[in-house]
Amino acid sequence: MTEPLLRVRDLRTYFVSERGSGTARAADGVSFDVFPGETLGIVGESGCGKSVTSLSILRLVPEPPGHILPGSLIEFEGRNLLTLAPRELRAIRGNRIAMVFQEPLTSLNPVLTVGDQIAEAAVVHQRLSRRAARARAVEMLAQVGIADPGTRVDQYPHELSGGMRQRVMIAMALVCHPQLLIADEPTTALDVTIQAQILELLDRLQTELGMAVMLITHDLGIVAGQADRVAVMYAGQVVECATTKDLFAQPGHPYTEGLLASVPRLDRPRERLHAIPGQVPAATAWPAGCRFHPRCPHAWDRCRAEEPPLLDVALGHTARCWLVAEPARRAGTAP
Amino acid sequence: MTTPLLAVDSLRKDYPGPRRWLGLGRPRHVVRAVDDVSFSIQPGETLGLVGESGCGKSTVARTILRLVEPTAGSVRFDARDVLALPAGELRALRRRMQIVFQDPYGSLNPRMTVRQTLREPLDIHRLAAGKARDERVADLLREVGLSPELADRYPHELSGGQRQRVGIARALSVEPAFIVCDEPVSALDVSVQAQVLNLLADLRAQRRLTYLFIAHDLAVVRHIADRVAVMYLGRIVEQAPAPALYGGPRHPYTRSLLSAVPVPDPTAKPQRIVLQGDPPSPAHPPSGCPFHPRCPHPAKNDRCRTELPLLRDMGPGHQVACHFAEQPM
Repeated sequence: MTEPLLRVRDLRTYFVSERGSGTARAADGVSFDVFPGETLGIVGESGCGKSVTSLSILRLVPEPPGHILPGSLIEFEGRNLLTLAPRELRAIRGNRIAMVFQEPLTSLNPVLTVGDQIAEAAVVHQRLSRRAARARAVEMLAQVGIADPGTRVDQYPHELSGGMRQRVMIAMALVCHPQLLIADEPTTALDVTIQAQILELLDRLQTELGMAVMLITHDLGIVAGQADRVAVMYAGQVVECATTKDLFAQPGHPYTEGLLASVPRLDRPRERLHAIPGQVPAATAWPAGCRFHPRCPHAWDRCRAEEPPLLDVALGHTARCWLVAEPARRAGTAP
Repeated sequence: MTTPLLAVDSLRKDYPGPRRWLGLGRPRHVVRAVDDVSFSIQPGETLGLVGESGCGKSTVARTILRLVEPTAGSVRFDARDVLALPAGELRALRRRMQIVFQDPYGSLNPRMTVRQTLREPLDIHRLAAGKARDERVADLLREVGLSPELADRYPHELSGGQRQRVGIARALSVEPAFIVCDEPVSALDVSVQAQVLNLLADLRAQRRLTYLFIAHDLAVVRHIADRVAVMYLGRIVEQAPAPALYGGPRHPYTRSLLSAVPVPDPTAKPQRIVLQGDPPSPAHPPSGCPFHPRCPHPAKNDRCRTELPLLRDMGPGHQVACHFAEQPM
């Protein structure tokens, strides 16, 4: 088996509230691997900790109020990113690991041309000359499918459409040919026809550059189409991890099951949606025992008392649920 | 056929473009946000209005309620001309037409408790007072699946789903016949979205409501709408009963839109039609068919560039604005 490119083990990122409403345990024991060249989808609803996890990997969590607890491990190409000196970390950030965010307009600098912004990483990491940097920016714009890159390179973000800005973000991220691209809801702000363009672009670039992608999204449709493996997050933890095929065919965790059943779909007969009762708990007060138990149709005493670890459902398929240990209980209760 | 509850005819809304001379001179050009939009909704029916950002769907909703005054066209509700009503009668009419907005956080007053928010319409329309009013507030909260104990909370103390339920309760408080739902679930997480969609469907059945349901998510609209109209650049390009539209879309834009929706099934082989480019700006619409610069239809020709296709009947209740709607893509 190949070595993972990125190993995240027991990541805990907490935020201390100023007003004393307690500590928000946003990421609370997150573990997963990303293998070279694969796409790992990270799915979950707002507040599940998926974005905090991705920000923690590059140590972009503002400290304070946030802090990553000792004992957390983020190992990339064999080195723990959490213990690197700022200089060493800078050599990785934007170079070996790059990131694309949801809102291209807020993550682009409005007073710099897109060419300058795309080339910046290449100038810093590869010490390109001004002329070479500009040529590189034009080349990147062409690679991400922007027509007339020679003109666009000198434009400012406000002169571009939402779809083009996201292409610029991707060009910026890929300019140093990273081994790992973290894409945090890269198409959420876009219309569906533009989303299709961006997803196709990411597919093509991943094949061309052979990089791994960590795709963070709330959209199960996007995961189904893009990811090789999926990690489902709930209440600050990974609650299920499997190949995309297994996860959709045989979800092991009742939350995954509920999530899949609550999506309105174009490919199924119209019927009443299954709604997961209740709401996502607050990060300052995760429920005791299994964090999903107040909303779970199967919950019994053990779920209220004891927090389940990630248990093996099958080879390469884990779920944080006591049903894996006591499958007979699933039959008794209807989801 | 019965009289429609709502009939919109040749609706148009122009916004002035940027002005010359530091904002003091004449506008440079007009932005036509809505152009020649006509549709009707039968009592008890739900019409889904779909399209991407900037297509004019929300402007349509706002002109129907006269939150925005249209430039031309007519809106008839219950056989009365909404656009000609004087202020007093318009207020009375608003009791029968309500709206639920996308962002419940932006549309609820942050300084009012849930109770105050729900009392306000009851007071304005003099529907209940005293003890009856308090009971009405509690009933409304229960009806939308909230505990009456939440009545003294402020919007920031509620979750997104709870806020949207308060927005729905506020719309219901005046016992309307017709509700415009403007992207009511787009800001919600998928599990909460399912709860709110189920709630809207239940309320429709219990109260025999008529909805105009506006959304960009085609799967959500399919879930709730009886008929669907697709908008592109201010115009309706296709309109049909939901099964016909989803089962056999005829306009190349509808086809591309449907094919672009990611399906949560990894074994599905997507036949994605990826459109090139961005939607044009409504300030500078293309000549002829507004969709022609991005249209993937193989039969596309000069006619598309010069002649605007009008909505044509293609089947029972199915209208398409495309010169080549008969031909396969």
